[in-house]
Amino acid sequence: MSTPSLEISGLAFAYPDGNQALFGVNLTVKKGERVALLGPNGAGKTTLVMHLNGIHAAQRGTVAIAGEKIDASDKESLKKIRSRVGIVFQDPDDQLFMPTVREDIAFGPYNMGFRGSELDAIVDEALSQVGMLDFADRAPHHLSFGQRRRVAVAGVLAMKPEILVLDEPSSNLDPASRRELATILKSLDITIFMVTHDLPYALELCERAVVLSGGLIAEDSPTRALLADGQKLAKYRLELPAGFTVSA
Amino acid sequence: MRESGEAAHGHHHGHDVGERLYIHRHSPLHDLPPHLKIVSLLTFLIICVATPIQNYWAFIGFAIVITTLLATAKLPVLTIAKRATIEIPFLVFAFLMPFFSKGERFEILFFEISRPGAIAALSIITKGTLGVLTAILLSGSTPAREILRGFELLKMPSLLVQIMTFMLRYMNVITDEMERMKVARLSRGFEERGIRDWKFIAGTAGALFVRSYERGERVHTSMIARGYTGELPKTEIPEINSSNKFLAVGIPLAALIITSVTGALL
Repeated sequence: MSTPSLEISGLAFAYPDGNQALFGVNLTVKKGERVALLGPNGAGKTTLVMHLNGIHAAQRGTVAIAGEKIDASDKESLKKIRSRVGIVFQDPDDQLFMPTVREDIAFGPYNMGFRGSELDAIVDEALSQVGMLDFADRAPHHLSFGQRRRVAVAGVLAMKPEILVLDEPSSNLDPASRRELATILKSLDITIFMVTHDLPYALELCERAVVLSGGLIAEDSPTRALLADGQKLAKYRLELPAGFTVSA
Repeated sequence: MRESGEAAHGHHHGHDVGERLYIHRHSPLHDLPPHLKIVSLLTFLIICVATPIQNYWAFIGFAIVITTLLATAKLPVLTIAKRATIEIPFLVFAFLMPFFSKGERFEILFFEISRPGAIAALSIITKGTLGVLTAILLSGSTPAREILRGFELLKMPSLLVQIMTFMLRYMNVITDEMERMKVARLSRGFEERGIRDWKFIAGTAGALFVRSYERGERVHTSMIARGYTGELPKTEIPEINSSNKFLAVGIPLAALIITSVTGALL
């Protein structure tokens, strides 16, 4: 078996104000797997995501990406890790900070040391992966919300990450953009770790789902089996849209 | 003529807050790389300002140069006139100077005015107008983003360039946010009637500040996530052709020749 893309063991974290968010998370995501991270608001999902590329340093336990442990005190190692973990944040306006789409996509690979025609090729490839090549010279402000999210995904793909981490990828998208994004994500040959409240989306994209509750991984099962279990859903305050049922 | 009907791909037309001043045309001035344009126009302006106002022939010459440049850049006269109105407060001040300044006085029409005051006023008006027209030329023929690239190529401290780049990007986001907050206020029956309502506006401003601050933190996090180490990608130095060079050197050189030739005639 190849090295897992993500390996978290015994991860605990408390905020400086004493509020403990994670109490010993254990999770392994295999290469090429698509895993949904579910859980109610305040379960610690975002805190966990912040650990995946060393923005939060592990206080106890370890996080390893493709077998390499994140050492938040080692700048070189952090730099490498950050190129291997692509995080797509919730609000694309937070992520698209350069004046044009092209410049924004180039930001990551530029920091990795790519220049000139090589850089251009990477940008073009990432943009065509999300179907946004025609918008390269636009200002992010001129794009629709769905387009901005796709560009945000491209900006991360341009770094050729080992694992793509998406924070609420379907939030604020209209149904068509939501479907387009799903098609794009399915077409990518990459490990995906997706934080979401959108259970049908999790079902569509991820074969496996884990539930974070009370700072621990409380469930880890095939997405379909989890969503078919009404009792478990109620226990973790997870709800399918009205009228939507899943059979095991 | 290429007018606003031209909707070809990749053309900027200036709808953004940060792009309001830019007027898309095809001209040698639009083609001039931004760093050359900034240096060239700034040098031109310094020569203009350094010329004593008594050398009035020189200023006729400068006016011809700047008018020719504005015409070459195909900037619409009406737009130039509208933008030039920013100078009006300074003009008012300048017009008052001859009446209130000290020194030798002379009578003109029914007024007795000060000679040094009149000269100083004339100097402010003339040089101010040249400055405003030059600024209109630069901002009208260069997208805001390109002006920043120009500053970067001219080795302005990277931190300042970054701050301005983010300002350009987020001005629109924040303006939109402000607009939404205004709509939300109006939707709940808010009507601004007077100074007592200012506290609500101040509240909105405060909320906007906090939101922008938090956004700043999120943007920083997402920059770090993509490997930010304190530098934005460098601009590659644009290619400079001989007509660029000719124009960039020609503009200040024209001013220099005008000022020395007319100065010698005095």
